Amino acid sequence: MSVIILLISASLLIATGFLLAFIWSVKTNQYEDDYTPAVRILFENDVKQSTEPDTNEKTK
Amino acid sequence: MTKDMKTTTLCYHCGETCEDTLISIQDKHFCCQGCKTVYEILNKVELCDYYAISQNPGLSRKTIIRPDKFAFLDDEQLKAKLIGYADTTQSHVTFYLPQMHCSSCIWLLEHLARLDKAILRSQVNFLKKEVLVVFDPAHTSLRKVTELLASIGYEPHFSLHSMSGKKIKTYDKSRIYKIGITGFCFGNIMMLSFPEYFSLGSAEDKGLLKLFSYMNLLLSLPVFFYGASGFFSSAWKSIRQRSLNIDAPIALAVLITFVRSVYEILSGSGAGYLDSMTGIVFFMLIGRFFQDKTYNTLSFNRDYTSYFPLSVTLVTEQGQERSIPVSNLEKGMRIKVRNGEIIPADCILFYGKARIDYSFVSGEALPVERSVGEIIYAGGRQSGSALEMEVVKEVSQSYLTQLWNNDAFQRKEEKGTSYIHTISRYFTLVLFTVAAITAAYWYVKDVSRLWNAVTSILIVACPCALLLSATFTNGNMLRVLQKFGFYARNAGVIEQISGIDTVVFDKTGTITQQGHTTIQYEGGMLSTEAQQLIRSLASQSAHPLSKAVLQVLPVSPLLPVKEFKEQPGFGTEGRIGDHRVAIGSAAYMQMEKKTRETGSSVYIKIGGNIAGKFVVSTAYRKGLPGLLTRLKKQYLLSLLSGDNDSEREKLKDLFNAQLLFDQSPQDKLEYILRLQEQGYKVMMVGDGLNDAGALQQSNTGIAVCDDINNFSPACDVIMKASAFSYFDLLLKYCKRNRIIINTSFVISILYNITGLYFAVQGQLQPVIAAILMPVSSVSIVLFTTGMSSFFAIPLKTAGRKNKTDNGKLI
Repeated sequence: MSVIILLISASLLIATGFLLAFIWSVKTNQYEDDYTPAVRILFENDVKQSTEPDTNEKTK
Repeated sequence: MTKDMKTTTLCYHCGETCEDTLISIQDKHFCCQGCKTVYEILNKVELCDYYAISQNPGLSRKTIIRPDKFAFLDDEQLKAKLIGYADTTQSHVTFYLPQMHCSSCIWLLEHLARLDKAILRSQVNFLKKEVLVVFDPAHTSLRKVTELLASIGYEPHFSLHSMSGKKIKTYDKSRIYKIGITGFCFGNIMMLSFPEYFSLGSAEDKGLLKLFSYMNLLLSLPVFFYGASGFFSSAWKSIRQRSLNIDAPIALAVLITFVRSVYEILSGSGAGYLDSMTGIVFFMLIGRFFQDKTYNTLSFNRDYTSYFPLSVTLVTEQGQERSIPVSNLEKGMRIKVRNGEIIPADCILFYGKARIDYSFVSGEALPVERSVGEIIYAGGRQSGSALEMEVVKEVSQSYLTQLWNNDAFQRKEEKGTSYIHTISRYFTLVLFTVAAITAAYWYVKDVSRLWNAVTSILIVACPCALLLSATFTNGNMLRVLQKFGFYARNAGVIEQISGIDTVVFDKTGTITQQGHTTIQYEGGMLSTEAQQLIRSLASQSAHPLSKAVLQVLPVSPLLPVKEFKEQPGFGTEGRIGDHRVAIGSAAYMQMEKKTRETGSSVYIKIGGNIAGKFVVSTAYRKGLPGLLTRLKKQYLLSLLSGDNDSEREKLKDLFNAQLLFDQSPQDKLEYILRLQEQGYKVMMVGDGLNDAGALQQSNTGIAVCDDINNFSPACDVIMKASAFSYFDLLLKYCKRNRIIINTSFVISILYNITGLYFAVQGQLQPVIAAILMPVSSVSIVLFTTGMSSFFAIPLKTAGRKNKTDNGKLI
């Protein structure tokens, strides 16, 4: 019986972790644009330009 | 498919056909100097990867932007409104660039920093077609950044609307939070309820079950207080207004389920129905989200202010030119309007030759000519040389603005009540009757079971299945329609369309294609030599009609033209070799106009004789005859045109219906009103400001646009012009809406009857409730989305066919 309680609390804990991750992702505007990042990641990084601007930086 | 045998050179930058191969760099050809310049700019800073990502990604640069076009961006007041954030080291500006269309655009726009060192960072939001540019105000300015964007083909779009400083609400974050949290709670409650469903656990596990139900209670709190809060507030609002909206029965069901569950758990008499309650809220939230997904970049309620330019060029008494915001324009001021600009206020022409295109305002297909001293009404677009004029009425008092502010042109609030609304009202009524009868029955028979039976009824028979069917059907249909270039304002519009029985079309810009012309030659055969002569002469003239003629003649070397004379707007002549050649209007040829002609004619004179004429008329949209034949079978059609009746004969054959010409915007509105008074449900299909009143008055107003990001009058639906050929299928699809909702409603009634059968007897087992609830919800969702996708199959075929016909996606 105590095994069940342990299991349940562990699973709830993990699920809560995911819920928090979800809330964080909404908060940081990751749902604002679900198209551009997918394209952006496929661009070749330039070798010539050493200081590539950090495109993943979020706008405040 | 047969391949075009003629080898055509495509512009390396924008992919348009090059007329000659003169403009080139190494092996790369360009259609115009503008495109070449962009290539050079990009080549210099090694941004040519732009061309490697998509083929011919560039934007045509044939229209030249005059150097001081963005001078108004130096105005401090305007600047403050546009710049989102600024300190001494950086300024943030979000530009709206409707031209953005491919991944190359994203790449280039995110590498702006290489074009200008003062730009620190740029980030694209492709869906909104926006780019956020962070620049260093010490080394560059808003105007310079704008000019840079314009120079590479992405001219930012500013409107008075974006100037108002209000940020358009993009999406509701709290909605997503609610779905996430409710989903989390729902899933966990389901899991913790499993033992209860199957009556597992022996006597010694009682404590465990109790623990589970307390955990459920804890998990249901965020759902009840946060997730469902929207339903409660909406229901409360409707009750205070003494009407029952669709949220009221839901709120009641949620409330009763929660109260009863809390009572059962705390008293230890049962496990409650928290799984059902959270499930309902979860599915409803998803349904709402699905249905109310709004289009970020579209605006359905634009008014005339977004049509007008932001700034005008003021000519001061000293003869200097200065940009001022259009709102500061006053009576008596002198302004300059250049080629392609819109006239912002009613003016008197002082200088220049006005050739004004009023097609958007009045529906006249051909530009109107005005000479010095005449009054020019606001809203037209000048084509030709620059004009100087004096403002006689302020913007807010001009003819166009007055038209707009006419009461009849204002949007009526909600057009009729939703069909679902009516059904749900009956549903609620029936439900309460059943509940009352059951209560009466148990009151007589066994009072102890009354509470149990009545609450069960309200829990089981909540109209959520009905609501789910409506929200998911509408949501999915909106998405499907959007894929085919049909952007409805909201889900209610789909329902309205299913009731339509009359379709009224506008002519100019709606069934005709603006800027596209068909040319037919009438007269004696032209020899190859004659064709070459005409081509040589026409190529000397900048008049649009000469250019149109040029396009239909086969390519041949141009001959030198001597003694060239041009009378702008009328015709041109010259001597080529031994031939005197003239092309021009009937007046230019000193001929008498016989009858009203369709379109405009360009007469050809070689030697002393008229050889023939080219008739240039506006082209109808592709697939129009077929579309009309199909629509005729189901709808009453008519045509309202602001233009003259020169095309009456042609249209008569096509429409075989009532045709009205020379209609003012007010006439159009009244026509719609008359039809409505006769009991017709009218749909208006239009495009311009002259249709604005009719679009508002009609039961469903559809604006046809070549580019959905361009200005369109307020309407219910914005339709891409490319969707025009299968417009009938779109309407048919909308009509399916009711069938799907009715069918799924029947299914949900069956579920309800099953549930009620147990509930009225006061013996609803938790397991039955628990199974019925998700099964009914999920099956309704699957059924509606499946059906609405199934009915979209003919649309898909038509869309694909349309795409291959056009060669490329528009």
